[in-house]
Amino acid sequence: MDIWGIVIESVVKILFVLTIMLLTVSYLVLAERKVSAWIQSRLGPNRVGWGGALQPFADVAKLLLKEDIVPKAADKTLHTLAPFLAIFIAFSTYAVIPFGPPITLFGREINLHLADVNIGVLYVLALTSLGVYAITFAGWSSGSKYSLLGGIRSSAQMISYEVSMGFSIGGVVMMASSLSPVDIIESQSGWMWNAIVQPIGFITFLVSAFAETNRLPFDLPEAEPELVGGYHTEYSSMKFASFFMAEYANMIIASGMIVMLYLGGWQVPYIEKLGLGSPFTQIIQTLSFFVKVGFLLFFFIWVRWSIPRFRYDQLMNLGWKVMFPLSLLNIVWVAVVIMLFN
Amino acid sequence: MNFELLLFIVFALVAAVSSLMMITRKNAVISAVFLVLNFFALAGLYLLLNAQFIAVVQIIVYAGAIMVLFLFVLMLLNTGKEEAILHGKKPIKYFAIFIAAVVFLQVAYLLVFGSGSFTSNPDIEASLSSGTVETIGREIYTKYIIPFEAAGFLLLAATIGALILAKKKFE
Repeated sequence: MDIWGIVIESVVKILFVLTIMLLTVSYLVLAERKVSAWIQSRLGPNRVGWGGALQPFADVAKLLLKEDIVPKAADKTLHTLAPFLAIFIAFSTYAVIPFGPPITLFGREINLHLADVNIGVLYVLALTSLGVYAITFAGWSSGSKYSLLGGIRSSAQMISYEVSMGFSIGGVVMMASSLSPVDIIESQSGWMWNAIVQPIGFITFLVSAFAETNRLPFDLPEAEPELVGGYHTEYSSMKFASFFMAEYANMIIASGMIVMLYLGGWQVPYIEKLGLGSPFTQIIQTLSFFVKVGFLLFFFIWVRWSIPRFRYDQLMNLGWKVMFPLSLLNIVWVAVVIMLFN
Repeated sequence: MNFELLLFIVFALVAAVSSLMMITRKNAVISAVFLVLNFFALAGLYLLLNAQFIAVVQIIVYAGAIMVLFLFVLMLLNTGKEEAILHGKKPIKYFAIFIAAVVFLQVAYLLVFGSGSFTSNPDIEASLSSGTVETIGREIYTKYIIPFEAAGFLLLAATIGALILAKKKFE
């Protein structure tokens, strides 16, 4: 009985998370188009469904029906593997991010995350460092100069910003004295959010997250005026869509990570003092996680349509000469805070 | 236990096949891809040994950082000339066969005659916690602090050396 309970619980949770992720990804694309239209005083897509609500499904149908072209000079195996790798890495990262407090359902205690690994944060770092491969493979295997340049730019950028990202996470791990996502969220109870305790680390992580997800102002790997489409120049149909989906899934993961590491995860400060009883408190807490992630996603889009693209040397200067020292400073700051208040 | 054995067989097979593929591919980039796959199989084997930290570090450092730099170099260099080098010089081939035979005999000798030294750690509780980040961190910063700092110093020296070499005009 018990082993089947665990199996059913895991399958239901995986399906739930996958469904939410896929729906969010498709509507995030629509949200991006709508928000950009709003920022530029346009209407945006409004023909399919009510005010454009069915646009994502029309896009998917269009992409599925397009011809799938593999260039003659391409390495066929790697060219096919790269988009799958991108989407696999993007979706499997989500396994360790908790999206709500433990709840009791049908007499079972259910944790609202897929896996509680005590090296959870390292797991996320490992997978994001693998994200480089999808882009490098795509760039190299296409047999096109634009793709290769895009792929190489992107790997250099991701490796550079991974350093300051890792050091920013170091500060969070020091505060929680644990690598487990559940412990990290519990260490930020009340107003002890890491964004407030270590603002420098929050900013360096936020900037690195933009660079890691290849979003503007750091979207040099696919800078259209210079590189056509960057690493996905030679992709079409669903393979192109896979890269597109992976980019948006990575945005969701980056937002989830920021909420988990710096914005208290699913916690709402002092909610237990209201005395709402257990189901209501848990529902509010779970919703608060989605609201925080939603706001960060809006922030990602907002920044994209507000700040112009960096030049490549400016990007590297910012990464190595500003963000990296700042993240080291943050570690010293966290050490001082721990010494003074513990 | 059976499930663990099954996982071990899968990871071991992937590791063996991917390393074979790595040395037999003619395209250096494809070889590198198989090496990455091999790192993954090794990380899986480390996980089976309860060494979570080493498993993740294996992926972050080897697969995530070092191999990416290798791929960089391989993609930018013209790697087509490699075949010609091997075809020209036969003695290298015989020397390689000789070395491989010696290593094979050593491993075979250990497997056949040295089985007594392969006893597993009977202290299961200790082995379960020995691979966690907490245990490794505590050991590194107490018992092995001097070797650890020495390694750090060496790495710093290497970094400075690389910087000086990379900079063409060093004022």
